[in-house]
Amino acid sequence: MNIVVCVKQVPDTTEVRLNPETGTLIRDGVPSIINPDDKAGLEAALRLKDQYGARVIVVSMGPMQADDALREALAMGADEAFLVSDRAFGGADTWATSSTLASAIRKIGDLAGVDLIITGRQAIDGDTAQVGPQIAEHLGLANISYAEELKVEGNAVIVKRQFEDRYHMIKAAFPCLVTALSELNVPRYMTPGGIMDAYRNKKVTIFSRADLDVEEGNIGLKGSPTRVFKSFTKAVKGKGTVIRLDAAESADWLVERLQEKFII
Amino acid sequence: MNNKEYKGVFVFVEQVEGIIARVSFELIGKGRELAKELNTQVTAVLLGDQVEPLTKQLATFGADRVVMVNDSALAIYMNEPYVRAMQAVVESYQPEVVLYGATAIGRDLAPRVSARVHTGLTADCTKLEVQEETNHLVMTRPAFGGNIMAAILCPEHRPQMATVRPGVMKCCEAREGAECVVEDFSVEGLADGKNVEILEVLKKVSEKMDIMDAKVLVAGGRGMGCSENFTMLNELAEALGGTVAASRAAVDAGWQEKACQVGQTGKTVRPNLYIACGISGAIQHLAGMEESDLIIAINKDETAPIFEFADYGVVGDVCKIIPLLTHAIKLCRA
Repeated sequence: MNIVVCVKQVPDTTEVRLNPETGTLIRDGVPSIINPDDKAGLEAALRLKDQYGARVIVVSMGPMQADDALREALAMGADEAFLVSDRAFGGADTWATSSTLASAIRKIGDLAGVDLIITGRQAIDGDTAQVGPQIAEHLGLANISYAEELKVEGNAVIVKRQFEDRYHMIKAAFPCLVTALSELNVPRYMTPGGIMDAYRNKKVTIFSRADLDVEEGNIGLKGSPTRVFKSFTKAVKGKGTVIRLDAAESADWLVERLQEKFII
Repeated sequence: MNNKEYKGVFVFVEQVEGIIARVSFELIGKGRELAKELNTQVTAVLLGDQVEPLTKQLATFGADRVVMVNDSALAIYMNEPYVRAMQAVVESYQPEVVLYGATAIGRDLAPRVSARVHTGLTADCTKLEVQEETNHLVMTRPAFGGNIMAAILCPEHRPQMATVRPGVMKCCEAREGAECVVEDFSVEGLADGKNVEILEVLKKVSEKMDIMDAKVLVAGGRGMGCSENFTMLNELAEALGGTVAASRAAVDAGWQEKACQVGQTGKTVRPNLYIACGISGAIQHLAGMEESDLIIAINKDETAPIFEFADYGVVGDVCKIIPLLTHAIKLCRA
């Protein structure tokens, strides 16, 4: 079984704060991590490797520093990695990103054969949840999104697919694509041996523009149907009143505020 | 085909077992506004099996027309048949704009439809406007985890597609007795799957009030410490006629169910009163509740970001304050 896992290196947006005076983002010192939904997808693939001896190949599209994220994936146990990186791919929206990744996966598939592709549901910087399904569309494969549980049965995957108020247990034949929720599992840590392996014995192959068979009109900024017109920080609401009293006084103070606002 | 030839604002209507999701009505309401500015009409696209009885509601809540695809292959949501049906509708009618709710269905359906017809899709829009000079749809959405806002255009491709989260737009007023044109649209080969089948449907059982309907929410975060401490939040919520909600941290810890989660990957709420207990106030949480009329925060950490946004903030031990607050409120009401 060959599994391709798509991962994205993202800034840890939960650590980003707003400077309340200027209303701008404080981006300094924000660590780069493997996107949480993707990491869960990687862990799911590694468990299939543990169970069935599957081969796990990770792919990432990004700047050269995304190599760090791929090494982390290799250190966790992935077998091989591909970094899709080129100026030509920059500025891509989800159409262009998914087109680029699909062509990379097609190339990997020509070499190895791909049974299952796993992506995260959404990235914590883009938050669109579009790339996974769109990669499946470009490859002509079925996609099952929002996987809360995943297992393999013969030549098919069985997914517990999450909706707001119910689940569907879905069976899909290989090859297909699944998008993973971070609820899927708790990812393993890298081991010291794994880290050494990742840098010494395992390979990160770079796919540049010349390596991929993808139309010029489908990549990068120029290949993106959507574009950012402008971006801005939200209007800072303005701080209210903050008090520090003992518990009983605090409760009374709150009751007074609620009465003022006619809530009680 | 020229962009100018695409006309109409279309809204995908999400229905499960004959119940239309509220977000669909919200989008028809917004769609009406946009259609007026674009000098066109709003059409509701209804997919399902034997869904004819639902068309009346769509008219009541503002649809000028319903395009209905009635097919047994659409009885339960599955990606491929739904994508194929939407693709057929879009290619036949050539609307200028298509809106979907950003739900577990919408966020699975819209990306594939947009990719299949090669157009742009903007996710989780919080604002939709028509640009004066160009008549392009300006789609505003949170980016970078909700830390900034981005205004997006899809200038050269049609239709312009967008998903919108439930609770962001407002339904238009019910027009009792309103009627609209209903067009039956059939699509061939919807049952030709991609080797995907549903083995079982499992319902989540919840007796609690939907947090999106509550006028008062008492939300607990990591600072509550444990599952048992949510009992005091329940009591406060009851005293105020509301219900309990939770931050992602509390849901991930297993203290509350996902249906109670407020935030970027949870629900967007806009109650009259939101009391945040032991919640630090990360941007992803604020994204889900910043439109609340009145925000009160209680947290023992005075540097918690939530204090920058709360109308009233109390620095203190939430487990001591909440029971006293509940008691005092009950006295007032007695």
